[in-house]
Amino acid sequence: MALESLDIRRRSASQTRAPDVRKHTEVAKLIDISRCIGCKACQAACMEWNDLRDEVGLTNGTYNNPIELTDRSWTVMRFYEEELADKGLQWLIVKDGCLHCADPGCLKACPAPGAIVQYSNGIVDFQQDNCIGCGYCQTGCPFNIPRYGVTDGKAYKCTLCSDRVGVGLEPACIKTCPTQALSFGTKEDMIDIANARLVDLKERGFDKAAVYDPSGVGGTHVVYVMPHGDPALYRMPREASISPLVGLWRSGFARTLGVLTMVSVVVAGFFHWMKVGPVDPDALPPREGE
Amino acid sequence: MANETQRSVTSTPVGARPPERAPRHEFATTRPPDAVQRYSTGERLTHWAVALAYTVLFLSGLALFHPFFYWISFLFGTPTFMRILHPFIGVALGILFFAYAARLWRENLFSAADRLWLRRMFAYMNGREEARVEGKYNAGQKAMYWSMIIMVVGLLVTGIFIWRPYIAPAVPLLGRRIAAVIHVIFAFIMFVGIGIHIYAAVWTRGSMRAMTQGWVSRRWARYHHPGWYDRVARKETVR
Ligand code: HEM
Ligand code: SF4
Ligand code: SF4
Repeated sequence: MALESLDIRRRSASQTRAPDVRKHTEVAKLIDISRCIGCKACQAACMEWNDLRDEVGLTNGTYNNPIELTDRSWTVMRFYEEELADKGLQWLIVKDGCLHCADPGCLKACPAPGAIVQYSNGIVDFQQDNCIGCGYCQTGCPFNIPRYGVTDGKAYKCTLCSDRVGVGLEPACIKTCPTQALSFGTKEDMIDIANARLVDLKERGFDKAAVYDPSGVGGTHVVYVMPHGDPALYRMPREASISPLVGLWRSGFARTLGVLTMVSVVVAGFFHWMKVGPVDPDALPPREGE
Repeated sequence: MANETQRSVTSTPVGARPPERAPRHEFATTRPPDAVQRYSTGERLTHWAVALAYTVLFLSGLALFHPFFYWISFLFGTPTFMRILHPFIGVALGILFFAYAARLWRENLFSAADRLWLRRMFAYMNGREEARVEGKYNAGQKAMYWSMIIMVVGLLVTGIFIWRPYIAPAVPLLGRRIAAVIHVIFAFIMFVGIGIHIYAAVWTRGSMRAMTQGWVSRRWARYHHPGWYDRVARKETVR
């Protein structure tokens, strides 16, 4: 939920244009995994700003707490221990949460008009008052991000603090990060910082270091610097894109084909009737032996 | 006999016993005394319960499929309520449909004569003579019966896979994606089937009455289902 209403680039399940007179430059959050110490200050800041308190759950033997994203935990630090051939044992910490795709699968899949919007600054936001709780956004998302309220059944995820950004503030997680693993600004600036960081990392022997800004979803408004390069190590898809099944299911082609099918049935029936008319044995002259 | 006012197709001989399954209601006055019973009250009520459930399902499904039809969801009160209702009605349809279909399967087994009927189907649709039908159902009706069984099973299974919050969370995302696509495809194939089904019932006059009042005229039975007529109807009534 957010304050903007005049700078909506895309709106779920809507055939006409959303109000978009106001244009903003595209923003992005940069998550530099090589600087993250896993302190979870960003998780706490997210709870604080969004006024969310998750249940105290169980542990699964990792540092993940909670174990996974939930309707009330919109960002979760995931911890992995990886034995790398060239680097030995590595402790990888991934800040999980919505990537704010330029081409969001959640928005494509959503059947409820205006339950998901994308602002001109690139932030993808759920509008829970329009949400019907069908679960399609999870089906559509290539990163398995949306989660549903246990009691209200509505979909929730990171808003990139659209309410803060809308009034010129940086997201709460950025403000609180003690190591500058997180930065926020225009997408252009964030890519520049990320690329500068790659040069730095490569000098220090991380030759596979890479920026994660998957082009399969048109780029994202949350960008990672991955010191070991391979996204799979961080449990992120190597080739992220909207599943072709979702693409087909929600395509204009499928929708038009559906409508044409319905229209054809009615039209075919109409003209068949006009051509042949009814079969009515009771109206036939009696046959022999009747 | 309470049929002084009836449109008499054939006069009933004096002293003959009344037709076996004669109308029990005095006001069912249009039923000729020699009508042939085609569907029992139980079969008719189940059929129309399925039809109502299907209508609700298709309308609510359509609202979820295409934004142009989202307004339909407000007929249910709120879109959220419609979304919650849809799968429950789906399960109800499944139960009712199979209760209905279980009584009909034997009559719908294909027989050798069906091949000829299918070959002459398009000619029949264009006003030519219908090939002789041996069973209670013609080959077209049988094909409809079996395809509807496949469609309902398919919709039920795929619908259950994407049923949030009860089942979907336990289904892997790929499974849900496949199920969602198949659910839509089957929903539209079923729409075509139901469309043909309704049109055929209207086109062949007298058929709709078989499902609303239960009976068909003797000539209807002889014309459309002579084999069935010979086996069932002749034994059943005085003539
Ligand atoms: C048999 C007739 C049925 C028809 C014609 C039908 C039709 C549809 C259609 C057209 C959609 C929207 C498609 C989309 O955009 O994904 C849909 C969604 C859905 N259907 Fe069905 N369906 C039927 C039966 C069922 C059954 C038996 C179930 C299962 C229990 C079911 C569960 C669902 C669910 C869960 C959705 C997703 C939206 C929601 O959560 O309500 N459907 N259905
Ligand atoms: S990461 Fe998922 S939830 Fe976030 S914008 Fe992309 S598709 Fe939507
Ligand atoms: S759960 Fe809500 S936000 Fe997600 S697709 Fe359904 S209506 Fe849209």
